[in-house]
Amino acid sequence: MNTPTDHVGPPLWLLAELTYRCPLQCPYCSNPLDFAHHDQELSTEQWLDVLSQGRAMGAAQLGFSGGEPLVRQDLPELIAGARELGYYSNLITSGLGLTEAKVQDFARAGLDHIQVSFQASDPELNNAVAGSRKAFDQKLAMARAVKDAGYPMVLNFVVHRHNIHQMADILALCENLGADYVELATCQYYGWAFANREGLMPSRAQLVTAEATVNRFRNQLAERDHPMKVIFVTPDYYEERPKACMNGWGSLFLTVAPDGTALPCHSARLLPIDFPNVTASPLEDIWYRSPGFNHYRGDSWMPEPCRSCDEKDKDFGGCRCQAYLLTGNADNADPVCSKSAHHDRILAARTAADHATAGLEDLIYRNADNSNVFCRG
Amino acid sequence: MDKIPRLRRGFRFQWEPAQQAHVLLYPEGMVKLNGSAGAILAEVDGEHSCHQIVTILEQRFPEAGPLAEDVSAFLAEAARQHWIEWL
Ligand code: SF4
Ligand code: SF4
Repeated sequence: MNTPTDHVGPPLWLLAELTYRCPLQCPYCSNPLDFAHHDQELSTEQWLDVLSQGRAMGAAQLGFSGGEPLVRQDLPELIAGARELGYYSNLITSGLGLTEAKVQDFARAGLDHIQVSFQASDPELNNAVAGSRKAFDQKLAMARAVKDAGYPMVLNFVVHRHNIHQMADILALCENLGADYVELATCQYYGWAFANREGLMPSRAQLVTAEATVNRFRNQLAERDHPMKVIFVTPDYYEERPKACMNGWGSLFLTVAPDGTALPCHSARLLPIDFPNVTASPLEDIWYRSPGFNHYRGDSWMPEPCRSCDEKDKDFGGCRCQAYLLTGNADNADPVCSKSAHHDRILAARTAADHATAGLEDLIYRNADNSNVFCRG
Repeated sequence: MDKIPRLRRGFRFQWEPAQQAHVLLYPEGMVKLNGSAGAILAEVDGEHSCHQIVTILEQRFPEAGPLAEDVSAFLAEAARQHWIEWL
């Protein structure tokens, strides 16, 4: 059996969630439901210090996300700091608030890549899902500006039951724009997406059709030796084994939330675990020695069926957040696993997806009013 | 062999002390390179041709013998992965 602190390598990926503020209201947002209660933000100096500590520990990939990271006025400074430290930096943005001038400023400051996220391939649906008018045209313009400024073009589409039928159009749009990478990411059901799961989760039939479309398109790209890379993240609710979440708890990924809370993944805040804060402890202590990060390292914490399972080195028992949300106990096997005693929850969600009738107007949109409803205490 | 390789845009090659290895970084990805891949990519600068890279490496590692085959096989694979492109 592995004890927690055996073979802990450095955090190679650092995700800096600069803010929970965002002009959009995506109903699948991965921010915590009670984000409105966590409105503290680290200062510029504190962020630069976190970046420098992370880099010293070995982090090489850096994501600036949020919320909408563009609302931080000090973003150019943080980008320049990251470049100087030797990070490969990624800006993950909705494109709202971006301008051609900023795209070029960021490039000069040393930003390596900008990922623009879309909600759909046509303006009506895109804007309905994002809870904003004008969003689509702005995104198109910014995607083009990104490419013109010499960055690789990375487009992200969050896929759900209301846009999954548009796969062919989405891919055609991406190719027209000259995308280098396309990420088709089916919602993962944490945060707002969990609250809205019934209204978001595609049916198996929808998924099968979409996968066939994507595979056809990929084959055509390969035949033409076209460099565009298409990544399709399918919902694990249709699998019989869970994903190896974050490549193992506290093994590669370190997220720092806007208020400085350090997390092993961006949704772990929902777990009933005390996570450390970068304003109180050095990052090195947090990563290697804090109870929060050591909580699910190794496998000695596992109950059955994982404990005696010969696949535990492959998937680490799946996702702790999913286990917690679906079974009430984060120690349990991820119910996606067919060996889990709670696998019926997944089967029920699949059945619900076959019969769901809810429209976009029935979803709970991510905004401060709705968040206050979820705030505890 | 006269073709000139360069890293595709968005790709960065650097030495990572924590991993004791050269890595290739790209949008949301990182490949840890073994010693010979690192040595080859270190010479990919958009100026040296494949042929020149072979010469440089053969001078640096005389004990390794002729390298033309290894270098062009690796560069072909790197191009297939779209890490590099030919000028
Ligand atoms: S998912 Fe949507 S609402 Fe949430 S931070 Fe991103 S753009 Fe904003
Ligand atoms: S029982 Fe646990 S370790 Fe085994 S496959 Fe299922 S989730 Fe993975």
